[in-house]
Amino acid sequence: MTRENVVSIVLLCGLLILPFVAQAAGYPFYMTLATRMAILAVAAVGLNIALGLGGLVSFGHAAFFGIGGYAAGVIASHAMNGEHLLGFAVPASMPVAWLIGMLAAGLVAIVTGLISLRTSGVYFIMITLAFAQMIYYFAISWPAYGGEDGLSIAMRNSFPGANTARPSDLFLVSFAILLVVLLFFWRLRDSRFGAALQAARQNEGRVAAVGIEPFPIRLVAFVLSAMITAVAGAMYAELNRFVSPSMLSWTMSGELIVLIILGGVGRVVGPVAGAFVFVVLEYWLGGLTERWQFFLGLMLLAIVLFSPGGLMGLLAGKARHD
Amino acid sequence: MTEAVLEIAGLCKRFGALLATDNVNLELRAGEIHALIGPNGAGKTTLMQQISGVLSTDSGSIRFLGRDVSNLGVAARARLGLGRTFQISSVIPEFSALRNVMLAVQSRQGTSMRFFSSTRSDRSLIEPAMENLVRVGLADRAATAAAEMSHGERRRLEIAIALALDAKAFLLDEPMAGLGPEGTKALTNLLSELRNVAPILLVEHDMDAVFSLADCVSVLMSGRVIASGPADEIRKDATVRTAYLGGGA
Amino acid sequence: MSTSLVLEQLLNGVQFGVMLFLMAAGLTLIFGVMGLINLAHGSLYMIGALVCATVAAWTGSFWLGLAASLVGTAAAGALIEVAVIRRLYGRDHLDQVLATFALILILSEGARWLFGSFALYLDIPPVLSGSVELPGGVHYPLYRLAIIAAGLLVAVGLYLLISRTRLGMRIRAGESDREMIGALGVDIQMLYTIVFALGAALAGMAGAMVGALQSVQVGMGEPVLILAFVVIVIGGIGSVRGALVGALLVGIIDTMGRILLPQMLAAVIGPAKAAGIGAAIASMSIYVVMALVLALKPKGLFPAGT
Repeated sequence: MTRENVVSIVLLCGLLILPFVAQAAGYPFYMTLATRMAILAVAAVGLNIALGLGGLVSFGHAAFFGIGGYAAGVIASHAMNGEHLLGFAVPASMPVAWLIGMLAAGLVAIVTGLISLRTSGVYFIMITLAFAQMIYYFAISWPAYGGEDGLSIAMRNSFPGANTARPSDLFLVSFAILLVVLLFFWRLRDSRFGAALQAARQNEGRVAAVGIEPFPIRLVAFVLSAMITAVAGAMYAELNRFVSPSMLSWTMSGELIVLIILGGVGRVVGPVAGAFVFVVLEYWLGGLTERWQFFLGLMLLAIVLFSPGGLMGLLAGKARHD
Repeated sequence: MTEAVLEIAGLCKRFGALLATDNVNLELRAGEIHALIGPNGAGKTTLMQQISGVLSTDSGSIRFLGRDVSNLGVAARARLGLGRTFQISSVIPEFSALRNVMLAVQSRQGTSMRFFSSTRSDRSLIEPAMENLVRVGLADRAATAAAEMSHGERRRLEIAIALALDAKAFLLDEPMAGLGPEGTKALTNLLSELRNVAPILLVEHDMDAVFSLADCVSVLMSGRVIASGPADEIRKDATVRTAYLGGGA
Repeated sequence: MSTSLVLEQLLNGVQFGVMLFLMAAGLTLIFGVMGLINLAHGSLYMIGALVCATVAAWTGSFWLGLAASLVGTAAAGALIEVAVIRRLYGRDHLDQVLATFALILILSEGARWLFGSFALYLDIPPVLSGSVELPGGVHYPLYRLAIIAAGLLVAVGLYLLISRTRLGMRIRAGESDREMIGALGVDIQMLYTIVFALGAALAGMAGAMVGALQSVQVGMGEPVLILAFVVIVIGGIGSVRGALVGALLVGIIDTMGRILLPQMLAAVIGPAKAAGIGAAIASMSIYVVMALVLALKPKGLFPAGT
């Protein structure tokens, strides 16, 4: 077994077991923290498909995260008020929220991807940012679902066989999603599609010269990436029982990128490591000082300047390229 | 005479005031190596890029296997069987030699939209890829990352990729450039076998290689074909000698 | 709707555009010469406003505040370049985005530490208070006209700097070929520090001038930063001329859209609904423009190098 696999398994087992140990020891709050880690990791795994495998530096993934969040919020609020959504009585169920969030995010990703994937480099970074801002301002100004104030979720959507009001159940659902998404990412990376996607990142001209069009490969990757991030957004809204335009803000996009870099670009479990470090820093520094963002900034800077491989690079050595 | 695999008629490309290719006519027939020679800036690379589809064509036509491909993109032409190598070797640097060739195999199979099954032990990709590495003599380097290969090895890797595409014609842009005498000799031998697989359009500065390999030679000057014919005739042609070969050749 | 209202809003749009130009000019120069995306450019804008407001409150003079903010942001820019940015040239854009994102966190929290979390206020200098009557009987604030004039002066100054001076020649050389200026024997590190400090001072100037129109507080830089990015993407990254055209375009479309769209919609769907929907669409309008420009010209209106 490679060192990367060992590190990955230890990380995942730790994430699964530690919150229950903490709960048993009388620190139930860690369950919420672990749920937050799992959800942010799912979002970052989604982004990692576009960014890590495809080299598509999307600075607008908050849009998909927020769309997922609003899907959960809107369904919950309609169910609460007994209103129909577009003429349908939509059940207040998590899988339905995921599905709607994925569909909506996928559609937005197709439209924005068709335009933004025509560009590359800085232009791609900026245009994805601009599309996300467009949706952010739309959410702020659109009064139907709370506008700037956001939307509270009075009662979480349900999940078959689980009591989503109970923190440990919510954590287990989030953790299960994380496992599914990691499995998907791992299979995708080694698949033929993954090979074409990673090749297009490294040498677009060569990929075309062997007869594979890079554009549709990238578009599919962008859409898959958006859909996974949307599911994470839906869970994030469930966890906080609240969704607001701040989920769509550009700093959220920045944080998702930070998670990936912290963990290690393109590594399967990189986002989990990244989310782990990020949430711990946020919590630990936040407890030490009000100025925690100052120190987070310093640490980030140090990581970018001095440890380009991210945390997985430190723990598991250089990424294997073959 | 056999029918032309690649047929170029009246091809032009203009960059501002410069005519990079000016009414170029060219034919590539089965079983032959057709060399394209000429001084730097004569339009050889422009012509190769027009044929492979990187550059568009202002006027004229490119017919490949009896079909007009002038309006097709790079990838579509590659799928029809135009196998190309680049003036500066172009491979996927982080992939091993084997995975570079596997990419071409999956392209030929049209299976790039498979998301779940791993390629790591997929015999339908690995076996054909390995065969082509063997053909160019890179079998022992299969697991080496392309970025770590020598210049000459990357040249051969590009040819293995073109072979894996099941190319119906090879477009080779200065394959000998930067190779030492040993490398040039090995590649010359490889190319002379390759012509039996598919005809080769060869841009090359190494005149020894050109005249030992080519059946047919066209000379390009300022975007125009100033002479074209069997290699022996071109070697004797007075205009070519003064224009390019420099009298003493 | 009266023509005088349209004229007034048009001027507001130009004023906003000119302010965006000051931000965008620095961003686009820094990208053009050093190939760097600088997310922390908005923090320099914030620093300019904070320094100006603080110094003006101490001394009672807006002008001293403005001078202090120009010097302060140029110095801050030079310091940041030497300490951090210098290590990012030649790194890929992802590293640059992340490192300058970290700089935002550091500078924002640092500013909160130094200046507090409360909004500061900056008065318009007495010489520029009051309004001017324009043709058509519109009374328009003198201070806003002064911002427009100052911005256009900077635009002319930048044009002269880049086209007529030795420094400008080096900047142009740096844009076309980074290795060439090394061969010319130009001290590249010095040139880069100067360009970064110049961009920082322009951002600081914009912040200081706008500080008298709105409250000055931490976080004021990021919304402007994003608009400045929209500007340089529309204009063509690396092109100062593109930044000017893009800035005016974005300034005018954004300002006019917010006024005109709700009014136009009101005629169709009634005023109550129109206010909300109009505002929603108006705030998206510049992003729609940007998407359209990029869909037609993926390298912006004035691609660098033309």
